[in-house]
Amino acid sequence: MRFAYGEREVLRGIDLSVHRGQVVAIMGGSGCGKTTLLRLIGGQLRATAGTVEVEGRDVARLSGGELYALRRRMGMLFQFGALFTDMSVFDNVAFPLREHTDLPADMVRDLVLMKLQAVGLRGAAQLHPNELSGGMARRVALARAVALDPMLILYDEPFAGLDPISLGIIGQLIRRLNDALGASSVMVTHDVHESLAIVDYIYFVSDGRIVAQGTPDEIRASRDPFVHQFVHAEADGPVPFHYPAEPIERLLGGEGA
Amino acid sequence: MNAIASALRRIGAMTIDGIWRLGFATRFLLAVLMNSGQSLRRIHLTIRELYFSGVLSLLIITVSGLFVGLVLGLQGYDILQRYGSADAVGVMVALSLLRELGPVIAALLFASRAGSAITAEIGLMKTTEQLKAMDMMAVNPIARVVAPRFWGGVLSMPLLAALFSAMGIFGGWLITVVVIGVDDGAFWSQMQAAVEFRYDVVNGVIKSAVFGTVVSLIAVFEGYDCQPTAEGVSRAITRTVVTSALAILALDFVLTSFMFRG
Repeated sequence: MRFAYGEREVLRGIDLSVHRGQVVAIMGGSGCGKTTLLRLIGGQLRATAGTVEVEGRDVARLSGGELYALRRRMGMLFQFGALFTDMSVFDNVAFPLREHTDLPADMVRDLVLMKLQAVGLRGAAQLHPNELSGGMARRVALARAVALDPMLILYDEPFAGLDPISLGIIGQLIRRLNDALGASSVMVTHDVHESLAIVDYIYFVSDGRIVAQGTPDEIRASRDPFVHQFVHAEADGPVPFHYPAEPIERLLGGEGA
Repeated sequence: MNAIASALRRIGAMTIDGIWRLGFATRFLLAVLMNSGQSLRRIHLTIRELYFSGVLSLLIITVSGLFVGLVLGLQGYDILQRYGSADAVGVMVALSLLRELGPVIAALLFASRAGSAITAEIGLMKTTEQLKAMDMMAVNPIARVVAPRFWGGVLSMPLLAALFSAMGIFGGWLITVVVIGVDDGAFWSQMQAAVEFRYDVVNGVIKSAVFGTVVSLIAVFEGYDCQPTAEGVSRAITRTVVTSALAILALDFVLTSFMFRG
């Protein structure tokens, strides 16, 4: 699959698959096209060439109604939660239930409290998003993403900006909820160590291509220079430290000036 | 020569951009209208926006209406008493408000209070990915967020303009009859005789409905179309107020020239 914003090609030659029950991480440096990949899976963007299939159906060929029907079976966790700021925590989690089902109010209440219990925030049901910490907001968003028991959950940078405790909680929740729902999860992240602890498979994306892949054990043992640089957080390597520029000697008036 | 070429290029680019935005706004209006069914079926969504746009604008509308009426009464009395027609001050106040000042000033106030708030709210929802999240939850943000705010504005504007005119007339009565001492009976009876329901009142209501539609469309469009950054939202709010003010004044001239040509 390939994708370009106008002339600028962001993804070129991406070929990956996610099986039911798996938690898959897509890793890569900032701006390598990871989030674009999630938006392609969710049908918010269409591939320039190739196909993106969810449950065997080409997302780009679905009509508006069919795409919405598919999205009802998907959940997405946005980078900073994207909670509705004019609603309480309870109403945020109840939102997809109220929009897509005709369940009576007491059943919606029970379902919402169960989802909040699963993320440990039943006691915060009446708070508003501005009263939550970053980690709590992410957990509420996670409860909202799984409100309709989706078969596919997409995570956009779920660990960004979290303290170590919140980071561990979110990681465990992602794994537990995926297993409890029998769903599949695709997680876009650059947090190596947290991801290696919870995922089943990892794809490394660089310059719009998959440059390495494997199970967490394979990744840890990998001798691939890109994987090594990424896992060990080295400043220079296949991903260069310097943005492309003319040689410094030329700039400073040396040879060829 | 280069300066002229670049100036021409800039004018050309601005013209193309303006036409593109006009086309986009028209398509956006069609999308809002096509997705209005849900917001009218789930009427509580629209009633909530009616509260935010209408009820919360009541204070500024009533207070401004009162002051405009007070000023009109003073100025009207000052001019009319020179010709011995001070009793006609009620007619002057009522006609000025019902035909022009009520719809126009109420719409300008509505654009700066409710219009800017609508743009800011939708713009911030876009910036914080709330609209995208809604779309990913298979809930159409145009039907759920935009259409109720649009209809809330369209419905509240004529009511606010009517209230503005009523408060203005009350202000005019207060200053001329109670304070200055113009005859109470003459004030009301002359007004009753001179104001025609169809020609003056209904035309005023039509004007305010048109202004309400235009201001609401500009407000929701600018919010939905803004750059998803703090600066983008602030520019969108400014554009809502400026474009609305220009649109209200220009449309007022067009509508007046059709409605009151005599």
